[in-house]
Amino acid sequence: MSDSQPLKRTPLFDEHVAAGGKIVPFAGFEMPVQYTGIREEHTAVRTRAGLFDVSHMGEIFIRGPRALEFVQRVSCNDHGKMAVGRAQYTGLMYPEGTFVDDMLVHKMADDEYLLVVNAANTDKDFAYLAGVAAGQEGVEVVNESDRWAQLALQGPVALDVLQQLASTDLSEIRYYRFTWGEVLGRRALIARTGYTGEDGFEVYVAPEDAPPIWRAMLEEGASRGVMPAGLGARDTLRLEAGMALYGNDIDETTTPLEAGLDWIVKLSKGDFIGRDVIELQAEQGVERKLVGFEMVDRGIARHGYPVLLDAGDAEPSGTVTSGTLSPTLDKAIGMAYVPAPAAGIGNEIIIDIRGKMRRARIVQLPFYSRKKKKTTV
Amino acid sequence: MAVPEGLSYTRSHEWMRREGDTAVVGITQYAQDQLGEVVYVELPEIGDAVEQGTEMGTLESVKAVSEFYSPASGEVLAVNERLADEPNLVNDDPYGEGWLVKLKISAVDETKLLDAAAYDEIVAAESH
Repeated sequence: MSDSQPLKRTPLFDEHVAAGGKIVPFAGFEMPVQYTGIREEHTAVRTRAGLFDVSHMGEIFIRGPRALEFVQRVSCNDHGKMAVGRAQYTGLMYPEGTFVDDMLVHKMADDEYLLVVNAANTDKDFAYLAGVAAGQEGVEVVNESDRWAQLALQGPVALDVLQQLASTDLSEIRYYRFTWGEVLGRRALIARTGYTGEDGFEVYVAPEDAPPIWRAMLEEGASRGVMPAGLGARDTLRLEAGMALYGNDIDETTTPLEAGLDWIVKLSKGDFIGRDVIELQAEQGVERKLVGFEMVDRGIARHGYPVLLDAGDAEPSGTVTSGTLSPTLDKAIGMAYVPAPAAGIGNEIIIDIRGKMRRARIVQLPFYSRKKKKTTV
Repeated sequence: MAVPEGLSYTRSHEWMRREGDTAVVGITQYAQDQLGEVVYVELPEIGDAVEQGTEMGTLESVKAVSEFYSPASGEVLAVNERLADEPNLVNDDPYGEGWLVKLKISAVDETKLLDAAAYDEIVAAESH
């Protein structure tokens, strides 16, 4: 996307400005990076709940009698056994076995799938999908991104707060399931999904319904400490939860196996785009792996910093893909690609932080996982 | 945002409070606001020689890294050790407990420094 294109605004732009949001350009949109502060918003999501505007995300529908066959062809996960009302995480694949994008596939009906994709990739994904579908009977690719707003209410009290506004019994919606219902009397697709590592919901509504629902969620949640949360907190939350960010941790040069996303690769389902490369990697092993690390020495590793295996190495062996100070753990954490033989848990690596060689240790991902209540799901 | 009188300022948003040939250095209220919550501060070593206008250390927020520059030439006499555990002091009290470095000044190019009124104009211009 060229910088000269005008930035888009979500239907909630005025709400962000009114709430004191610091607005930055992101993925072609003017989005709030924070309201009161990244750490405060981050903690609200971990302990209470935060409300995110994720209307910039793309919604692409695959429709037609051959919709499943098409989704199976472009995705590395197996969607053949999904029931209607289920969501599944996967990669949209190039023939090289690398990521066009990562996405959530929702089965709306036997002949209809909703792909929720990254905002920065929506146009690219749509063009790619349309190209694959070109000339094929029985499948239609439709970009409905401008027709949907999306609100993510995430955190331990998300269910209680949303339940006050929703017509359906939300406790019936299990993790990675969704249903149609009403929120504030407006038609909404309510999904128990998220990108924070907490329990919560992603609610898809018509653009004109987004502002009243946004305000109602904040009003309803005010007594429970719910606050709006921006892109800054979204990034630190997903990184603590060990979730990959397209453009940082995965991209058009990385495969799902290199990214440690073996669980979204289902070679048993049959052929799909990029399968040859991934199958070969599965047999022979990958050359590099995405790992999580904690800093041992002082300093915060950032996206793009070189990774060395030994402080004296003349050439870097890998690269940091994401890094931040973890607000929950109060430690500097990150993810990096390292050569597979060096990827063992507990191994020490060196990160070149602006010319200073600082030690870090490879740790198990995720950095943070919530305590699951035994009574739910 | 009031800019305190009696301090010297730089265009890169540091302040300097001079007492004889020593000076205390920090970043301004405007700079901390632009940076957001500081979570990590990297300071020079005591005894380091510094040159006016060159990088002296870094301040990191959750999202970003930002360098700060020395407003004078000289030697590092002390650094604010409290910032290791309380980097947020830079946000909470940028002209006081959030100070960064104490210098022994050997030379200052006064033409590169601003008084409160001149600095205020720069901030006003940048914020609009």
